[in-house]
Amino acid sequence: MEREGSFWLPPQSSTTAHEIDALFYFIIIVSVIIQIGVTYYMVKYAWKYRRRSHADRPVDVHPNKWLEISWVVIPSLLVFVVFFWGFKAFVSAGIAPDNAYQIHVTGKKWLWEFEYPNGTTSVEDLYVPVGEPIELIMTSTDVLHSFFVPEFRVKHDAIPNRYTTVWFEVKEEGTYQVLCTEYCGTAHSEMYAYVHAVDRGTFNEWLRTGGGNDNLPLNELGASLYDKAGCQTCHSVDGVSGTGPTWQGLWQAARPGSEEGVADANYIRTSIVNPNAYITEGYEGIMPAYPNLTDRDINGLIAYIREINGDWTAADSAAAAAPADSLAAPADSLATPDAEPAE
Amino acid sequence: MSTVTTAPAPAKTSAAPAHPPGHEPVHNYLLEPGPGPDVKGFARVWPTVKAWATTVDHKRIGVMYLFTVSVFFAIAGCAALLVRAELMNPDMDFLTADEYNRMFTLHGVMMVFLFIVPSIPASLGNFALPIMLGAKDVAFPKLNLMSYYIFLAGASLAVYAILSGGIDTGWTFYTPYSDTTNTAVLPMTMAVFVAGFASILTGINFIVTIHKMRAPGLTWNRLPLFIWALYAVSIVQVLATPVIGITMVLLAMERLVGIGIFDPALGGDPVLFQHFFWFYSHPAVYIMILPAFGVISELMGTFSRQRVFGYRAIALSSVAIAMLGFLVWGHHMFVSGQSPLSSIVFSVITFLIGVPSGIKILNWVATMYKGSVWLTAAMLYSLAFIFLFTIGGLTGIMVGALAVDIHLHDTYFVVAHFHYVMMGGTVFAMIGALFYWWPKMFGRMMSETWGRISAGVTFFGFNMTFFTQFILGSQGMPRRYFTYLPEYHDLHQVSTVGSWFLGLGLLMVLFNMIWSLFKGKPAPGNPWGAATLEWTHTTSPPDHHNFHRTPLVTHGPYDYDVLFSGDGYGGDGAGTPAPVPNPEVGGPQEMGKSVDLGLSQPKPKHD
Repeated sequence: MEREGSFWLPPQSSTTAHEIDALFYFIIIVSVIIQIGVTYYMVKYAWKYRRRSHADRPVDVHPNKWLEISWVVIPSLLVFVVFFWGFKAFVSAGIAPDNAYQIHVTGKKWLWEFEYPNGTTSVEDLYVPVGEPIELIMTSTDVLHSFFVPEFRVKHDAIPNRYTTVWFEVKEEGTYQVLCTEYCGTAHSEMYAYVHAVDRGTFNEWLRTGGGNDNLPLNELGASLYDKAGCQTCHSVDGVSGTGPTWQGLWQAARPGSEEGVADANYIRTSIVNPNAYITEGYEGIMPAYPNLTDRDINGLIAYIREINGDWTAADSAAAAAPADSLAAPADSLATPDAEPAE
Repeated sequence: MSTVTTAPAPAKTSAAPAHPPGHEPVHNYLLEPGPGPDVKGFARVWPTVKAWATTVDHKRIGVMYLFTVSVFFAIAGCAALLVRAELMNPDMDFLTADEYNRMFTLHGVMMVFLFIVPSIPASLGNFALPIMLGAKDVAFPKLNLMSYYIFLAGASLAVYAILSGGIDTGWTFYTPYSDTTNTAVLPMTMAVFVAGFASILTGINFIVTIHKMRAPGLTWNRLPLFIWALYAVSIVQVLATPVIGITMVLLAMERLVGIGIFDPALGGDPVLFQHFFWFYSHPAVYIMILPAFGVISELMGTFSRQRVFGYRAIALSSVAIAMLGFLVWGHHMFVSGQSPLSSIVFSVITFLIGVPSGIKILNWVATMYKGSVWLTAAMLYSLAFIFLFTIGGLTGIMVGALAVDIHLHDTYFVVAHFHYVMMGGTVFAMIGALFYWWPKMFGRMMSETWGRISAGVTFFGFNMTFFTQFILGSQGMPRRYFTYLPEYHDLHQVSTVGSWFLGLGLLMVLFNMIWSLFKGKPAPGNPWGAATLEWTHTTSPPDHHNFHRTPLVTHGPYDYDVLFSGDGYGGDGAGTPAPVPNPEVGGPQEMGKSVDLGLSQPKPKHD
């Protein structure tokens, strides 16, 4: 949906944005007036009193006490107005209402993870009910990150071993961009997330289905997790090397040092659960662990890797779409390749 | 036309020799008699190299600093151009994300620690401060040389860090990132640690010199405002720099032995690092800008031919800014997890410090009132400074306001703000200062025409580069981004094109300098008709020991009327009144004699 921003600021999509914007515009207007005044007199004096010959002699100007006092007092009064205004808006933007709906947020290189009160987790997609105050309780597992939603005018650092909070109430349904504003390394500029503001009914339904992932076949679940869990930040599927190795050609590729010497299902599972177990040559061991992924999620990712390597057949899809008992099968059964690895 | 002076005609050559016998400016601090034609090869150069490398002459040390910081400015400037070029498009053009991160860190670290902190005080300050005080040198000349070598050692470590893979933390070194990244953080922290000592020692040297070595009659109320500014800066350097040194050592120990002060996994606090870091780095902002204030006061006075309006307010506000500057570091951390109460206190003090800066701007503008404004290249840079610094200051009020900072923190708005203060402020002032003192330093005039054109080009390029970044920032573009969302594309392109204009303008300044050294008009002793000692009492360039006799100061630094009306004191020890200078020709010393560049040996008498 289209939301209108101004020349200076993005659209006001939270209930506290207008307070910050009002002060922003107040300072801009006063500043422009001051700037024009200073420039006007500067140019005027520089031109009017410009030197016409070296015999030019200035007129003696005497110090003017009152003039000097006036430009101490007036700016002082102005900045105190600005301070108190900023202070007031800071307090209201800083203290969440008591009835705020709390969501835990974890920043890690380079994704945002969200955990809801009922245990549902999601990555990169924060679903919130529209028109209700939301409080985010944030922390980080590695370095500093900062949670910034330009349209909400909220921002706060996420710090390891400490909880920090931001709160907002979204005015309209829609999708809003989340940016990381505390420098955190290679993919700092792609540590995106999205706030999806939806009505309460949709939100409840989304929560109940565990983020909408319960009903997907394994390979589609994997494809969805590839985006949502943040794999795509470091791993490409088209052969381009990112921060981590590409997934194209990964399945059954030689991986010296691992148990089987090839990237099979066990290798992939281990690499997700304990990323530092095997480090592919030429890359750094910087991948975080993903304790929130369930067995089914991991199976989904394995299925997805097989699919993009041409090792996923219609029969697999049918089996994966089969009812729950096959889902509970151990990872090994899925790992047995039905066909030779694709060339 | 205002009053025309009824001063006597310039003295005849024979009547009043400008220099006592034996003190003719055949040598100056730049040049010494060369070896005879029989000396060949390396031996011709070696004495000069040795003389410069072991010099304790503050002027030579100032020139060496000027050369060194200019090299770093050029390198860091090229890094900035690369960063901007990469940002021309959101996708990867020629730098990878990691290379980009190293590139902007290189730009930041070099610009801050190797260029802008030592820039004006160590180069122009070292050159001009003792002369403006009427002293032969700084109080501790050998310490001064040592500072330079310590700075070189620090700079070498920084270069080593860059060559051994670079560093990708940003110039702020925030933990835990700096604690965990596997780039060359250790050598870089050591570089900052070592270079800090140069800053401290220079500060001590300046403070002692200003206190103890002023010429007779040069009271505190007659000190040029550049000296007042350097005095305030020196206090900050001495008090604040040790903190960054300790912080860097702690960071190094954290990396080496894991002492756990900043590492949350060991019970440390990463926010503590930010407190330590900004406890230096905010006062350091005033280390960077206060000398520029001093320069602008000199330029506005000299080129308006008018007493600087509110002299005492400007002098004292420099000291007030230096003191209050220690109490505002927390305004860098409004959204970093410090307590809201601290944020509120820091915000109040931040606004308090804005007032003295504002007073200075109004005083500078008022200085031109009813003056005789000479629009030289230096003056144009000075006026550009006032315009740009006003924008920088007013946007500082925006990011100092608690609520607004929540939105603007760590966006391009902040980037634009501090570039308006640091680049539009300090760098423009420094270029203005170079145009102003260049004739004194090297005895040659830079091209005024090209100087004025370059002022226009840099001013245009600067605004095109950085004003767009205000809008980018308030629209939400975060800083230190290798790639960005499509809606920011247009403004990024404008900004990148602007950076080329800015680079072009700066290149014009560089070529102007080099050109002037070979082809510039020989400079008279006082080409601008200024009233401070370095212009009225020394040749261009000055002698090794600056003055032939200690000057006696009888008027304020901006009392041009005294200088012009000829009732001042000539300073030649005989009580003769100073002749009236014609600013287009030169100051008192040059009156009635041809300009001696000091390039030639004394001629035999019978010639």
